[in-house]
Amino acid sequence: MNPSPPAMAKSEILFTVNGDEKTVLAHPMERLLDVLRNGLKLTGTKEGCGEGECGSCSVLLDGMLVNSCLVPVAQASGANIVTIEGMSAHALMAPLQEAFLECGGAQCGICTPGMILAAVHLLDKNPQPAIADIREGLAGNLCRCTGYMQIFEAVAKAARRRVAA
Amino acid sequence: MRADPAEYRLVSPGSLYAVLSLMAGEPAQWLPIAGGTDVMVLYSAGKLPNRKLVNIWNIPELRQIQVFPDSIRIGAACTYTALRSHEIISREFPLLATVASWTGGIANQNRGTLGGNIANASPAADSLPSLLVYDAELTLISVRGERRVDYRNFHTGYKQTVLAADELIRDISLPRRFSGYLSHARKAGARNAQAISKVCLAALGQLANGAIREVRLALGSVAPVPLRLAKTERLLAGKHIEPSLVETVKKSVPQEISPIDDIRSTARYRAAVAGNLVAEFLEMLASERTNA
Repeated sequence: MNPSPPAMAKSEILFTVNGDEKTVLAHPMERLLDVLRNGLKLTGTKEGCGEGECGSCSVLLDGMLVNSCLVPVAQASGANIVTIEGMSAHALMAPLQEAFLECGGAQCGICTPGMILAAVHLLDKNPQPAIADIREGLAGNLCRCTGYMQIFEAVAKAARRRVAA
Repeated sequence: MRADPAEYRLVSPGSLYAVLSLMAGEPAQWLPIAGGTDVMVLYSAGKLPNRKLVNIWNIPELRQIQVFPDSIRIGAACTYTALRSHEIISREFPLLATVASWTGGIANQNRGTLGGNIANASPAADSLPSLLVYDAELTLISVRGERRVDYRNFHTGYKQTVLAADELIRDISLPRRFSGYLSHARKAGARNAQAISKVCLAALGQLANGAIREVRLALGSVAPVPLRLAKTERLLAGKHIEPSLVETVKKSVPQEISPIDDIRSTARYRAAVAGNLVAEFLEMLASERTNA
């Protein structure tokens, strides 16, 4: 077996997280997920599958919903990142939280940050989604506790409330 | 075992020429990474053979969609989200917009790219049969220059392509002459989104005087490469769609493909479903005639 290749140096990477400019020292191929959780202690972003199937690690990268387990941190250089911690000020956060509670849309909580971010990404573009739109918008987010109907219902309810408000 | 990021390099030269120079300097050493939806999965699993990666996500030329009078040119690093939200693609190339909407969930559509899907060369990729029926042409680029390759000649075997070690796919060009065709995309999988297909069909068809003027059929997951069904297309040209023709096609399609047994399905199932999907399309085309 070949000896391990030499370890590459870390480099400084700058980006904005939840409105704050951050500089992290990281290997360029480190997963954005690990940098957020381990480097910046933003542990609201969860790791589920680690292969882009489950959506637990969803964050917004320049306004786009992405799986942070599939983003090498170097590709986030200069980007504007929003994690679940940064959602508290968002106008949709209160209606979504209330609706998830009322509908039983959260149980163990591992999928919930990703579900909320996927819901926000959807509702920001489509304030009055049909159930089919909600199903599609959340299709990349897996939940193994509640099933999906309560979650879809919660997103629909939050959308109705915001439109009525 | 999980990969150790300290053992990998990822550089971002920032311009297309700088990327190509790097690739030319050490051919086959630098793996291009765009949205990472394939590469990062292998990497995280510790199965990525390359230790050197070059970022092509931030190259503007690769992210453009240019519309010309006779064609549309899609930069190789355009995402599925960009494809499905593009007005001309949705209107004139609905198969491509539809399959883009099937590929992964929204988060992966925001990162996964058409060029990545082509270069990854999975025979099960949902977007590739549509490129075959739309007569896609690829522009491949390296420091040596650029060359155009008909997409139907791009895949040479299972996960084998004509792409040279120092080349990138720059763009995918589609001629704008299919808007008058009936189009139909259909996938058989464990579920519609985010499940790798057991069989998927992309089909275009047009009738003239009640008979088939032209049909274009391509299937995924039924051969080592995405496959155009040339024999079945020839068999259909000029014919009236009648039950006997549909039965003939159900027999001809399985003869033209070479499906295998794998974890998702069996060769026998795939052969039968491939025939049925083409038959279903012919019935749709026939009902166009009665509706017209």
